Amino acid sequence: MPAMRVGSHRIRVGRATILFALLSVGLVAAVIVAAGHGQLDIPAREVVGSVLHRLGLDIGPMPHAPQGENTLWQVRFPRVATAIVVGASLATAGALMQGVFGNPLAEPAVVGVSSGAALAAAAVIVFDIGTFGASTTAAFAFAGGLITTLIVYLMSRDGGRTEVVTLVLTGIAVNAMASAGMALMMFLGDTQAREEIVFWTLGSLNGSRWPYVWVIAPLATVGIAGAVLMAGKLDLLALGDRAARHVGVDVERLRLVAIVLVAVLTAAGVAFAGIIGFVGLVVPHLIRLAVGPGHRVLVPASALGGALLLVVADLGARTLVAYADLPIGMLTALVGGPFFFWLLRRARRTAGGWA
Amino acid sequence: MSGDHGLEVRGVSLTLDGQPVLRDVDLVIGPGELVALVGPNGAGKSSLLGVVVGDHRPDTGTVEFAGAPLAGLGAREAARQRSVLLQETRLAFGFRVEDVVRMGRTPWHRTPAEDSDDEMVATAMLRADVADLADRLFPTLSGGEKARVSFARVLAQATPLVLLDEPTAALDIRHQEQVLGVARSLADAGAAVGVVLHDLTLAAAWADRICVLSEGRVAADGAPVDVLVPDLLAEVYRHPVDVIVHDGRPIVVPSRKEAVACQAAS
Repeated sequence: MPAMRVGSHRIRVGRATILFALLSVGLVAAVIVAAGHGQLDIPAREVVGSVLHRLGLDIGPMPHAPQGENTLWQVRFPRVATAIVVGASLATAGALMQGVFGNPLAEPAVVGVSSGAALAAAAVIVFDIGTFGASTTAAFAFAGGLITTLIVYLMSRDGGRTEVVTLVLTGIAVNAMASAGMALMMFLGDTQAREEIVFWTLGSLNGSRWPYVWVIAPLATVGIAGAVLMAGKLDLLALGDRAARHVGVDVERLRLVAIVLVAVLTAAGVAFAGIIGFVGLVVPHLIRLAVGPGHRVLVPASALGGALLLVVADLGARTLVAYADLPIGMLTALVGGPFFFWLLRRARRTAGGWA
Repeated sequence: MSGDHGLEVRGVSLTLDGQPVLRDVDLVIGPGELVALVGPNGAGKSSLLGVVVGDHRPDTGTVEFAGAPLAGLGAREAARQRSVLLQETRLAFGFRVEDVVRMGRTPWHRTPAEDSDDEMVATAMLRADVADLADRLFPTLSGGEKARVSFARVLAQATPLVLLDEPTAALDIRHQEQVLGVARSLADAGAAVGVVLHDLTLAAAWADRICVLSEGRVAADGAPVDVLVPDLLAEVYRHPVDVIVHDGRPIVVPSRKEAVACQAAS
């Protein structure tokens, strides 16, 4: 009997290791390909060579093309880095929310965090606020996301408990109010601000620069690290609030910390890239299908998977149509929408049997 | 664990949504004792359990275990004192059975007891007869299997106070006997065990004492032979019953003739 258990344990550890290896290799490969492709193509070995040279290793060829080195370091790499940070943040926020609400359909957009953050970011655009320099949008997005989530949380809370259904329904109401606020912002803004808001809600990594990366990367790091630290407790929340408390989880405190982390991660995700939907929904689901719902693996694997997905999606956004930068949010929704349908149908077939 | 003090509930009253649910309830479960909580639907059995485990805060009264109030403990400390099996056994995600049982070990993480995690989980699964389900996904199990897996999780928690809310509701006869047999052996090993039951015969067969709740009050509390008497049960359940003594233990059956006569008369 113990031998069998150890055996199956080993198989699962093995699967997780393979998944992490695949995701890491895939991410590195995707980064090299994405950095090399665009209006100016740079061969993969030159991309690698350029990176190694910057690291002080004199290995591999430097980019041949004139401006190749500049294109890589001033345009491509900041953009790829933004894709990594945004993808990892959104996917981790999704995994965290689904765990906290014990609901596989929970996502920052569902509970109103995204729209709250979006509204605050739109206010920055319309009123041309610049209090915190490059971090202004991020700071406002974080504040907006946090305030919205706290409103949702406090309004759906009763006697120290939070019902998931109430919470999701409150989220819908808050979402509606946030879109009203968004409409007001568009009404108040001039033509340029309006255009900026529209493109922002479509989501795009166009115009990513290193200073932006330095703003959102620390937020993402804090958020992901926090999520990994609480991963073990998130498993227990699957038992339901009462049973989780009975095995020693301070449910309300865990939820509050998780909500702040989700706001941090969502801020990192939307501050400069705008609204990119479905990453937080699709990635954790695929990871769960591959290795099961244990959050110790799910959370870090979602971060890796989200980064990979967004690097690839952004490569598509830049290169699918020549000389056009498609909105990446449109692409992720195009793929994510049908996936959502499939999830709903599958959930109906296997009532309660979320894998 | 202190020698004499088990669970002591004193003068507990509880109001939920304006409805008085418990009125001045006393309940004592000593170490080594298995006490069955019985009573009609809505008598307050589950609410009393809820007060004991800290889900409800009582309007008045105290709940102490091992001489200290349970409400004063943090979530983790409390989880090392008492384990609970709830009636509903739902799970949000498709965890494997063994992972669910292992969740019961969480309060002991980062303590010396952690070293015996694997052994405790394996033993708990054997005792609850779910070892062969170890690699199944919890949501794909039948109701009875889910209940037994949750029972295994409670066993893995290894606490001196064990509370079971209708552990036998979804089980077949073999597993009913098995679960109560394990509960009995927990008590024999020194734990204080409280079990909410609907089957009075089952309660009589396994419990040291039976506490009868009726409309939020304790209607009777004592040895099965003293408590399970026709007059008292007929009044509490508002249905006539016959009590037969078999092997020194009372067997309770609803009296059908009398009931038909009563209904015809009214």
